[in-house]
Amino acid sequence: MTTATRSAVPAPPVSARTPLARLRRAIVDGWTMTRRNMTHVVRAPEELILYFSLPIMFVLVFGYVFGSGMQVPGGGNYREFLLPGIFVMTMLNGLGATASGVAFDLSRGVVDRFRSMSMARSALMTGRSAADLLRALLEMSTLLVCGLLVGWQWRDGVGRALLAVGLLLLLRVAITWLGIYLALLVPNPDTVSVIVFPAVFPLTALSNVFVSPDLMPRWLGAISEWNPLSATVAATRQLFGNPGLGADSWPAEHALLLAVAWPVLLIATFAPLAVRRYQRLSR
Amino acid sequence: MTAFEVRAEGLGKRYGPTRALDSFDLAVPTGTVHGLLGPNGAGKTTAVRILATLLRFDAGRATVAGFDVARQPDEVRARIGLTGQYAAVDETLSGRQNLEMFGRLSGLGGRAARRRATELLGQFGLDGAANRSAGGYSGGMRRRLDLAASLVRPPRVLFLDEPTTGLDPRSRNQVWDIVRALVADGATVLLTTQYLEEADQLADRISMIDAGRVVAEGTPDELKSMIDGDRIEVVVRDAADLPRAEGIFARICAGKPECDPELRRISAPVADRVAGLIGVVQALRDAGIAVEDIGLRRATLDEAFLHLTGRRPEEAGEPVGAVRKVVPA
Repeated sequence: MTTATRSAVPAPPVSARTPLARLRRAIVDGWTMTRRNMTHVVRAPEELILYFSLPIMFVLVFGYVFGSGMQVPGGGNYREFLLPGIFVMTMLNGLGATASGVAFDLSRGVVDRFRSMSMARSALMTGRSAADLLRALLEMSTLLVCGLLVGWQWRDGVGRALLAVGLLLLLRVAITWLGIYLALLVPNPDTVSVIVFPAVFPLTALSNVFVSPDLMPRWLGAISEWNPLSATVAATRQLFGNPGLGADSWPAEHALLLAVAWPVLLIATFAPLAVRRYQRLSR
Repeated sequence: MTAFEVRAEGLGKRYGPTRALDSFDLAVPTGTVHGLLGPNGAGKTTAVRILATLLRFDAGRATVAGFDVARQPDEVRARIGLTGQYAAVDETLSGRQNLEMFGRLSGLGGRAARRRATELLGQFGLDGAANRSAGGYSGGMRRRLDLAASLVRPPRVLFLDEPTTGLDPRSRNQVWDIVRALVADGATVLLTTQYLEEADQLADRISMIDAGRVVAEGTPDELKSMIDGDRIEVVVRDAADLPRAEGIFARICAGKPECDPELRRISAPVADRVAGLIGVVQALRDAGIAVEDIGLRRATLDEAFLHLTGRRPEEAGEPVGAVRKVVPA
């Protein structure tokens, strides 16, 4: 081990100085971190299986067990009503994966190593965000197939269906940034899980995922309609041509607008907060 | 260029009312090993984290590899390596994937990163485990992988924060060999440790730290001679004899005797080696105290630390293995 250090590797680099070089570095490093996070999925697929099995279970339980007693306002098949809700629920479930993944990194020394290297500082977060988006794409593909198997379908053409998928992924990006911020607030993977999981279910139940707000008590229905999740659910029902578009309330009539506005607002809030919190690790 | 590869002048860092670092000075010449020696909580890790750009400081000035730590952190980062007591590797990835990732993040291209990873895995004896998850590595292997990760781009300055804490003696010797090889190749090393032996073995110079301040600085020999030179040491057969033996030491020796009841050992500095030894032997025999071992020896760094701070490094501060917090309160 006498020549442990020197090798043919070139001398220390001049760090990126121009804005263009910095941007290039941010993209290259972000991609390296994306690959890192995707490798995690490949090396530890159990977690992915868990995240897949949950929505499939919900389709079966709600679609067939409770579904027999459920009503869709305006008529229509309950399973067709349910599937867009399950898609959104799956996006929301990613919150736990994101938050505990980031918290796990932070609780270990590996983030210290990243921070002591001359890599792009943004890469840890952009890489996480990109990898989670790829994961969501994988989850969406599986769920679409699963949906087709239980009789769900898109009725208004592939173009509108793809737009719906786009809205779902936009929501997932917003949830990713919320998850990153949560993990930076509470950099302990166990604590983060304890916070996230009990929050996710009521958030799903207090929306139009399982039941139309029209059928809820008035005050509960109002909360449900303004829930950011409901916006994406309503918009995707509309784009897929599925039943249960809901009554003549403002949020129901402007579902598409809200399905874009809510995630954008969430990203605009939590991305800067997360970046600031990350920089404050050096305090 | 500067003759000092690492330089700190009057560094200060506060957490609320606590001064983690207080007027901290350091000057490490290029190509040497400098040890920061002190108990847990003395500020060693704080100093290293500041110099490695991980932590901001409130007062003073610091340069590493000729660059200002506060103003040019990215230039500093391109020239340093950091290995802490908690292995900073991705535990899900394999050893090889870790090294390739850190290579890419250091600006090596894909092919260069792969080549460098293979090279380092071989040099650190990790070929056999290259494709296993780092989380399944033994403590020694993990530390070696961690060191290798600090060297994907050979750094000019390497920070080692308690590099052998929790390692078995064999792994510890391996780490020491790596550090010596690095320095032979021209790197500068800043090492923190609570093991006096480690500082004694590796460091050209040592700063002793207590409560965020440097209490002494010098070569290991200089520090040892700061206390009263030679000591006479006796192990008695029967612990009941200790108080009487202590009395004899107090009468004959130059300084206050130090007594360890568990080891039944007493030691004290002597002014005149031979006269002191003869005096003690005679007095012990006259008193009828049975002796198991007796001898003269040079002071240890341990005693130097005790002398300077009134505490042993292991005694002070919080227990070893305290939970690390990412965001300091």
